[in-house]
Amino acid sequence: MTQPLLDVDKLSVTFQLPTGPVTAVKDVSFSIAEGETLALVGESGSGKSVTSTAAMRLLPELAKTTGAIRFNGENLLEVSAKRMRRVRGNDISMIFQEPMTSLNPLHRIGRQIGEVLVKHKGLKGDANRRRVLELLNQVGIPEPERRFSSYPYELSGGQRQRVMIAMALACEPKLLIADEPTTALDVTVQAQILDLLKSLQTQYGMAILFITHDLSIVRHFADHVAVMRQGEVVESGRTVEVFDAPQHDYTRMLLDAIPRGRKVPAPADAPVMLSARDVKVRFTTKRRLFGGNDHFEAVRGIDLTVRRGETLGIVGESGSGKSTLGRALLRLLKSEGDIRFEETDLAPLDKSGMRPLRSKLQVVFQDPFGSLSPRMTVGDIISEGLKVHRPEMNRRQREAEVIAALEEVALDPGMRNRYPHEFSGGQRQRIAIARALILKPELLLLDEPTSALDRSVQVRVIDLLRDLQAKYGLTYLFISHDLSVVRALSDDVLVMKEGRVIEQGPVETIFTSPKEPYTQALLKAAFLEEEVAA
Amino acid sequence: MTSESKPYSGDNADGAPLPAGGPNPPRAPEPETTAAPAASAAPAGESLARDAWRRLSQNRAAMASLALLIAIILVCIAGPWFLPWGLAEVDWNAFGTGPTLENAHFLGTDANGRDLLTRVLYGGRVSLSVALVASFVSLVIGVLYGAISGYLGGRVDNLMMRFVDIMYSLPFMFLVILLMVVFGRNIFLIYAAIGAVEWLDMARIVRGQTLALKRREFIEAAHALGVRDTKIVTRHLIPNAIGPVIIYVTLTVPKVILLESFLSFLGLGVQEPLTSWGVLISEGVDMMESAPWMLLVPSFFLAATLFCLNFLGDGLRDALDPRTR
Repeated sequence: MTQPLLDVDKLSVTFQLPTGPVTAVKDVSFSIAEGETLALVGESGSGKSVTSTAAMRLLPELAKTTGAIRFNGENLLEVSAKRMRRVRGNDISMIFQEPMTSLNPLHRIGRQIGEVLVKHKGLKGDANRRRVLELLNQVGIPEPERRFSSYPYELSGGQRQRVMIAMALACEPKLLIADEPTTALDVTVQAQILDLLKSLQTQYGMAILFITHDLSIVRHFADHVAVMRQGEVVESGRTVEVFDAPQHDYTRMLLDAIPRGRKVPAPADAPVMLSARDVKVRFTTKRRLFGGNDHFEAVRGIDLTVRRGETLGIVGESGSGKSTLGRALLRLLKSEGDIRFEETDLAPLDKSGMRPLRSKLQVVFQDPFGSLSPRMTVGDIISEGLKVHRPEMNRRQREAEVIAALEEVALDPGMRNRYPHEFSGGQRQRIAIARALILKPELLLLDEPTSALDRSVQVRVIDLLRDLQAKYGLTYLFISHDLSVVRALSDDVLVMKEGRVIEQGPVETIFTSPKEPYTQALLKAAFLEEEVAA
Repeated sequence: MTSESKPYSGDNADGAPLPAGGPNPPRAPEPETTAAPAASAAPAGESLARDAWRRLSQNRAAMASLALLIAIILVCIAGPWFLPWGLAEVDWNAFGTGPTLENAHFLGTDANGRDLLTRVLYGGRVSLSVALVASFVSLVIGVLYGAISGYLGGRVDNLMMRFVDIMYSLPFMFLVILLMVVFGRNIFLIYAAIGAVEWLDMARIVRGQTLALKRREFIEAAHALGVRDTKIVTRHLIPNAIGPVIIYVTLTVPKVILLESFLSFLGLGVQEPLTSWGVLISEGVDMMESAPWMLLVPSFFLAATLFCLNFLGDGLRDALDPRTR
């Protein structure tokens, strides 16, 4: 091997922002040989995406790059814009994280794939169509003839990602840059896409630059790995070596950031906190003037019981109805069936009837960016519940409570007059937890509370949730698609699919000897075995 | 009944919960950790409005515009008292003369020998008050209507928006003439007629914003806290929809001023000798070649006002968004 395919040499990227220059990438060097896979790993803000975007020369104007990115010996940072357009899509192509938004919703997918071929290969008419169908077939789209003239909205997330891959492969590139290609997908779909990439790689003999934050994928997928942190490569080498004997503290920390431990079970005689019988949620999909409405059943008759101090993990892929179930249990959505909280039957209660109970039933949502109003200070956000449930409190008393709540979640109370956008994802999630805790709830619905966070942050939030549960005997309903987190936190697990319970039972039973094929598939796709062994 | 959830209160030494009603409960002494936060952040205890004002006052263009706008308003209100000429007073020695110090026609006279500065200031009173009242009416009605319609959704939303559609489909002139017939000619009718039409756009804009916002998780979190619907609308929805609203208001003002001059031109608005900027400009257009100042002077006032409003609107939008620092 004389010359690597892609050689990044002392690359630095600095953004000239109005507030001053910000260096996103510092002296980064790595190289990829033909047919090889290099994974660029790092948490959010580590500069991994900036590096790959620089290789495509797609950075915004205000970014200044130094160093060199040599592709087949040609420095891509110096070639003309015209030459670069030839390289993009033809020699190097890219797939993105969001299959939902990276296809143009107004064009049929056949045309979108065909466009690349027209541009770079001058392939038109029948030849174009044949090649597109061949590609669709290769990426495993069923009925390519029919899908050729589908619009993106008619495809599922996984299928869209396949279409993106077909587009990227259209000109048989030598290098494929995959920027978190599976992050937005369900675990089972994720495994399929990775398999697909792997087989296409051998078929086309292309190199892959794989950008991800997910170490379990790296271990299965990449030959080499480069770990990035704050714009610098802290460690790189063969995947096996880095994983087996990490040299840098940061790598070790990342590898270690796996939710560990098991929950201490609640006493068996603990009183039942929440129970539900035959809960159903129906959404009206189409309203008709005559002859009834069309419905979609998101939750189709679910029973569950949670005791005080217990955690019930609700697991399922997207669209399984797990979030809908959670909202229905707290009566944030209309539902049928019986729901009892302690001694109270929630079903007949209306909005004002529910209000006194709201302080005991609290929620923490998935998206720490969407769940805090951007125009309120953190203090106002946290104290809002007090205004509803403790109207007798005055400003100073509320402030004292806010300070206590912030300390409880290990945030600096001095920050209560700032706005949410000034905080990182993990900090925001702590704010959301503080907002729920200030009302001294008994049951907390945690709807994917860690999914939007980096692994290392995730572990800390989980520790926090665990501590709080132990301290106050809280009961958790924990909704997640992340099985390792569920395993670390729950007593019981409920596996959902298409609005029904597939399997239900104590966490160890489900994880060690799942009965249903669906559960087995889920567990397998999550690469759990290794994590447990590690 | 909730003995287990009590421990919350005890563990924080100073956050000692609720010294019930005690006067001046000791403010929790700042723990050591408080030393850290950067001093650049918002000072303690600021509301969004105060915070916004602080940010606005740092925006020079917006502050200059605000000062100029206030100056124009004050001059329009107080100016006529200090000028020697009345609104309809004819100077028989000066028909259509240009700006001159003689006889104190600082900005000239119109074709009928009336002092132009005096008329522009009187016209400004009419135009500015129409703009202010109509924009305010459209702002209040439109924002509330749109937010309620979008928030409640379903059948209520359907009914409320169909009403808006019906209002849209009413010919505006027909509405004005109808009002004139019923109530007689009156300047307040102009306010009412323009206000009745302008809020429709605003309602649609705010409804659209609301529909997008109400799916956001912070609204759901407010539901989970048991916050009342009225509070959700006023505390969560409206403040977050404010950006487009402000932009639209700054667009409404010129629209209203021109609408008024259009009505006046048709004989449905203000009547001679009373005038407005729009009327003065349309008169000025006729005399553009022989007496350009008749066009330039009222145009300058109108343009300056709109210019200021745009800068002020931009400044306000930025100031009300905590994300822009």
